[in-house]
Amino acid sequence: MTKGFAVVVPDRTAGGQYAGLSLGAWRLIGALVLIALAAALPFFVSNYHVFELTMVMIYTIAVLGLNILTGYNGQISLGHGAFFAAGAYTTAILMQRYGVPYWATVPPAGLICFVFGVLFGLPALRFEGPYLALVTLSMALAMPQLLKYFDNWTGGVQGINLVKVAPPAGLGLDHDRWLYLLVLAVLILAIRGAANLLHGRTGRALVAIRDHPIAAAAMGIHNARYKTLAFGISTLFTGVAGSLASIVVSYVSPEGYGMFLSIAFLVGSTIGGIATISGAIVGGLFIEFVPNLANDISDAAPAALYGLAMLLFMYAMPLGVVGSLAPLFSRLLRQIQARGAVLSGSDGK
Amino acid sequence: MHQLLQQIFSGLAVGAIYGSVALALVMIYRATDLINFAQGEMAMFSTYIAWTLVNAGLPFWAAFVITLAVSFLGGMTIERILIRPVENAPVLASVIVTIALALIFNSLAGWIYSYTVQDFPSPFPDRPILGALITTNDLGVIVVTLLMLALLFLFFRFTSTGLAMRAAAQNPISARLCGIPVGRMLAIGWGLAAAIGATAGIMVAPVLFLDPYMMGGVLLYAFAGALLGGIGSPVGAVVGGLIVGVTENLVGTYLIASQLKLTVALVLIILVLVFKPHGLFGTGIVQRV
Amino acid sequence: MAMKPSIVTGLTMTGLVLAGGLALAAGQYGPGASDTEIKIGNTMPYSGPASSYGAIGKAETAYFNMINDQGGVNGRKINFISRDDSYSPPKTVEQIRKLVEEDQVLLTFNVLGTPPNTAVQGYLNDNKVPQLFVATGADKWNDPKAHPWTMGWQPSYRIEARIYARYILQNLPKAKIAVLYQNDDFGKDYLIGLREGLGDKADKMIVATQSYETTDPTVDSQVVSLQASGADVLLTAAIPKFAAQVIRKVYDTGWKPTHLLSNVSTSVKAALQPAGLDKSIGIISAGYGKEITDPKWQSTPEYKEWLAWMQKYNPQGNIADANNAYGYGVSQTLIAVLKACGNTLTRENVMKQAASIHDLKLPLLLPGISVSTSPTDFAPIKQMQLEKFDGTTWEMFGPVISGAAS
Repeated sequence: MTKGFAVVVPDRTAGGQYAGLSLGAWRLIGALVLIALAAALPFFVSNYHVFELTMVMIYTIAVLGLNILTGYNGQISLGHGAFFAAGAYTTAILMQRYGVPYWATVPPAGLICFVFGVLFGLPALRFEGPYLALVTLSMALAMPQLLKYFDNWTGGVQGINLVKVAPPAGLGLDHDRWLYLLVLAVLILAIRGAANLLHGRTGRALVAIRDHPIAAAAMGIHNARYKTLAFGISTLFTGVAGSLASIVVSYVSPEGYGMFLSIAFLVGSTIGGIATISGAIVGGLFIEFVPNLANDISDAAPAALYGLAMLLFMYAMPLGVVGSLAPLFSRLLRQIQARGAVLSGSDGK
Repeated sequence: MHQLLQQIFSGLAVGAIYGSVALALVMIYRATDLINFAQGEMAMFSTYIAWTLVNAGLPFWAAFVITLAVSFLGGMTIERILIRPVENAPVLASVIVTIALALIFNSLAGWIYSYTVQDFPSPFPDRPILGALITTNDLGVIVVTLLMLALLFLFFRFTSTGLAMRAAAQNPISARLCGIPVGRMLAIGWGLAAAIGATAGIMVAPVLFLDPYMMGGVLLYAFAGALLGGIGSPVGAVVGGLIVGVTENLVGTYLIASQLKLTVALVLIILVLVFKPHGLFGTGIVQRV
Repeated sequence: MAMKPSIVTGLTMTGLVLAGGLALAAGQYGPGASDTEIKIGNTMPYSGPASSYGAIGKAETAYFNMINDQGGVNGRKINFISRDDSYSPPKTVEQIRKLVEEDQVLLTFNVLGTPPNTAVQGYLNDNKVPQLFVATGADKWNDPKAHPWTMGWQPSYRIEARIYARYILQNLPKAKIAVLYQNDDFGKDYLIGLREGLGDKADKMIVATQSYETTDPTVDSQVVSLQASGADVLLTAAIPKFAAQVIRKVYDTGWKPTHLLSNVSTSVKAALQPAGLDKSIGIISAGYGKEITDPKWQSTPEYKEWLAWMQKYNPQGNIADANNAYGYGVSQTLIAVLKACGNTLTRENVMKQAASIHDLKLPLLLPGISVSTSPTDFAPIKQMQLEKFDGTTWEMFGPVISGAAS
């Protein structure tokens, strides 16, 4: 299902100096500038927008998880909303029942979701394409029911109300900005972790399994192990995102984690560019803002406009925004490099 | 004992509904290798068209035929205009497109017709028979589903268009070389699926009652049924749908509280698929290197 | 001539009077209120699985349009800002924050759904923003001590279920009760209320319960299970689509229980007619409002007024949709509260006026039922009356019952 989505890997083989710095150095500077901008942003916008941007980052982490599994490893998942919920409820239960401080609930949430993911990934090995879609969709459908059933733990249909998080004293930050920076830190970790994973051997193995499973196995890659691992890592990311979401929103209930959330993740993922890392950011922005925009335009049929937006994005950029634009960007870089080589008379090395 | 029979018959009745929608899903899958997530909403929208015609005074069967024709053309149009642009893109893009279609149809139906539950006339008389085990309405649904299955089987097996369609789906390049208009085959496939969906919707509306969410739950179970039976097999679709319907009822009655009925039913279906990953009647494609 | 001094005096006097008058007219304003407008915030599910309730938001918009056409409230226009939350609590939090922090509304009004309201209750109370007339029938909104800024409107589902329990104890003391409920806070509240009303007899009398999800295509299987339990009373806590299926299946299987039906599904056109009017004879429910597809009310001037409003201001709305009557009624309640605020349009005064409604009669409420609140009673409508369907209309019987929280 995801064949044809070329993986967008930064072109590390492009050599050459651009104004005295290598491409790698420019990349690092660019990343640091972006991080600095992102960290400064909340102090220039209102509380409400800070909250919105925090949700964008949370959805980005969730979509990144899905990208790892479906984009890089080719295993479609229509059920990531269930893992988002699992992370959210782990945090909620730990906070409310056991009084665990909020920041300490995030690692256990990630770990539990990792374990669930691996457990789920094992039988998922048997399935492909539409069958895998059904199996993962079942998870998304079953989750609200399970949450309602075990109401001693989950609060059932009434959900769990969490205490609002207090920012640490002495930093001069208010509640919204503190959470924004916290989530930003987790996002940076997530992106870094995903990049390390996906741009290295593991990533290559995952893509090989996606595109040519038989050849991959013949090359000595242990398909089953990598596929299960991909599932676990993917759900770890999404679970952490869910955990952060419950801290930020301060409330969990089964209604917030229905099938539509899983579909929204897949939509955001594909529209951003499913086999990319930065596409997850586009996906997060899409999930958070496009429904609002649709509602602003039309009160009568907002979902129709949302669907229309999806269609337009898919027609214009079938590989996703980053997936379609990245090759153009690489070409541009190469042209700059070529021009530089011509001008300096060197080979570009 | 009486309850067991009632649950089984009830399950068969609702299973026939799942089976008829599953037939449409299988139709599109065989023709285009796609899962059409908008199948349910398209069927619902077609039913609303029929409802509008009936309300305008047309007799039931006239409305039925016109709706079928409109749905067939509508399905072809959707394929040509909305699906064609992502034909050569990765399959996931088409998935997103069909999901978008589902949202659009549902939202439009709610806007045009409101969300209030509407009355829909049934072509079959509504009388309980067999000692209140089943109504003539339910029986009618089962019969029509089986009829559609038979027609579809004959179509794929014994008509040249059906053969051409199978060829176009399996190997579009070779099919083109043989002179088969692949694009037209795809469009016809979608048109037929839309017509099947419309029939399913019209049959089902008297039973489930017509509102924009009529087909939401049905699509999920139809999907499960189609896969259980084997996604390429029309017979599998109907059998799968019936099995899902009966299983769901029996699970809810005897196995677990109704609050976990959906979960357990899905788990059971997945268990079956673990042992038969291509469904009961499906054949896996073996890749040799 | 001593004109000049008198003109000066006159002008000064006029100036002073005007200034004084303006000061009086200017009044006190909280955020979102001014001489010319009152901003009101709301979220509704306009998309997603609960989007049928979006009709309430559209009805409210239409009602406020009419009020504005008639000159507004004390000369101020209503600026009703309604946003979509898809019934998803995180989205509700976002939209409510936007309404309070960006749009600076004076109050939030008729936010729909128990989970959405639960998600924002803490925030609104902490920030002292009225969470007024929430659109859910949960009991917990009547808690002025813990949440002084939150108030419900309609009779809670538990009140209704307790009324049914009382009816059963009085008329069918040996009944065996089966319950079919929607598996969410709405359905579960009926089960809880029934148990509360039956007291220590609950375990003995309730012999079977079955639930359904809104994603279930049919509930036939549940009905068959309930019949097999041998019950002779059935309580159905379901929305119209499923209520219609239940009524039909009960008839088809030949089961003839005493059938108690949730008030949300009493629409003659939208629930009973699809099931079959003849199959619905004898069903009992409890009502607080006039059912707009019930022929009995359609000749009354109140209905005609409502119909005229629908045709002029809400033509896209379905006249068989009870949500349009609900939106009408709750909007009228808000307008009454705002009128009572006069020129003191602060959030505190809004809550104060909302907590001192005395016997407000609304045109679409049943005769004998009115809206009343007090600083210790945040349940505006607590009265209901039992009614039985005779094949054509709902016949009221018995007294108007006040189901105060017990």
